[in-house]
Amino acid sequence: MKRLVPMWIAIIAGFVMLLSTFFPITESLGETVGEIFNVVAAIAFILGAGSLAKVNLAKISRRDQGWGYAAITLICFTITLVVGLGKIGVPQSTQFPLLGWSGEKDAEGSIFGWIYEFALVPITSTMFALLAFYVASAAFRAFRAKNLEAILLLSTAFIVLLGRTFAGVVLTGWLPDWASGLRLENLSVYIMQVFNTAGNRAIIIGIALGVTATSLRILLGVDRSWMGSGD
Amino acid sequence: MSKFITILEGLDRRWIFLAMAISVAGPILFIGITGKTLPETPTPTARAVYRAIEALSPGTPVLISFDFDPASGGELTPMATSLVHQCAARGLRMVFIALWPLGPQLIDETIKRVILADYPKLKEGVDYVNLGFQSGNESVMKVMLTDFAKAFPITKNGVAVGDVVALKGIQRVDNFPLLITISAGYPGAKEWIQYVISSSGGKIKMVTGCTGVQTPGLYPYYPVQLNGLLGAIKGAAEYESLVNSSLAPKDTSAAIPAKYLEAQRRMGPQLGAHLLMIALIILGNIAFFAQRNSKVRATS
Repeated sequence: MKRLVPMWIAIIAGFVMLLSTFFPITESLGETVGEIFNVVAAIAFILGAGSLAKVNLAKISRRDQGWGYAAITLICFTITLVVGLGKIGVPQSTQFPLLGWSGEKDAEGSIFGWIYEFALVPITSTMFALLAFYVASAAFRAFRAKNLEAILLLSTAFIVLLGRTFAGVVLTGWLPDWASGLRLENLSVYIMQVFNTAGNRAIIIGIALGVTATSLRILLGVDRSWMGSGD
Repeated sequence: MSKFITILEGLDRRWIFLAMAISVAGPILFIGITGKTLPETPTPTARAVYRAIEALSPGTPVLISFDFDPASGGELTPMATSLVHQCAARGLRMVFIALWPLGPQLIDETIKRVILADYPKLKEGVDYVNLGFQSGNESVMKVMLTDFAKAFPITKNGVAVGDVVALKGIQRVDNFPLLITISAGYPGAKEWIQYVISSSGGKIKMVTGCTGVQTPGLYPYYPVQLNGLLGAIKGAAEYESLVNSSLAPKDTSAAIPAKYLEAQRRMGPQLGAHLLMIALIILGNIAFFAQRNSKVRATS
């Protein structure tokens, strides 16, 4: 029963969505399934929050390595949740002045807005910016011209790296118009539009065929691995 | 020479980190002090984005989806600024939505930076509206195809969409002649193409600004499903230069505000970082071949 019900939900929802694409008469049914999915997706946030709390609390209680980070995660999560849901420090909405809690949770002056602007934005930006340092280190250690394929990869990387900056213009801008196709910035565009597109299209078509096959297996109830091993 | 190779082989990665910091900080400081930016030559994909917006007549509704978060803001915020700048200057009706939870805040920031600062005559709810975030990823897109109001029943401020003038005449997503998505991953430009553009039968045109990681994966859709593409900060800089040149004040002595030069300013640090990467790859290969030759000599 535990596996049968989810399987039938998936089969019915899947077929409804499939049919609604081809038959206009079933369009509203597809819309209803879509709405149900949106509600389930919103509920999944609660599930996600519960899972986050469970995993981190277990880590803290077992005193696993790095349990301090788990504690910080939970503290930050709780603070954000409380100030966001409680709309702490949120000024009253000018549109609905008579209604309590009508202001936006992230309005200027609110604690949630403060957390967003002064904690979340700098932290996520910093995390992303750190990539430049690790990519540079990896380029030095791992990008080796070991064989023909690696040499081709390196040459392409050089053209794209230079072509995507002003260096490309400086280095090859002197080429006459009849040879403008050899300018680094043009070569870079050519690589992206021709070689990259061809390779990516092949991958996309391959993925689409794979997705179709897997979807059919799920819709027909042959593939049940998406439900997990279960108990 | 052998000493140099020995140094290269044992190079501590902290030196590489320092070199990267210098190669990025140097241009930032130089551009910050001098205010000079590197010239840009727009590529066809950036021109296509500009033309797609310019082709719309004033008052036409456009759907602008902010599918990113602050982590990708370095690449995508300048694009968002320029896109909204051109749309506002063109007098288009801007309907903002977000499929990423942190998108609504980024929309608010962009509205504040561009519309409230430079187009104060535009009215919220009439000329532009922020519908906020909706969870459900592709499913939201599917619902928008049949009933837009069901996917976004209220604005971010809590007003029912039926009362919003900016949404007049919008029943389905294909009532928008143009969809602009600023995308950092999933759900993003690829999902919009697969679920909305492909199903609309060519009724909607779509242009996107995306991160460098996503760009190669989106080229296969250009120019049929995707009418224009801004790839990473380079694409943003090209498009920014196009928008700035078309909207430049008649009084040429007036300087362009720094917020409209952000992408072009960031091309300086990108140049420094790319040159360093090339130098590091060359040095790494010198060390590799020297090591391999010494091994061959030792065995023979």
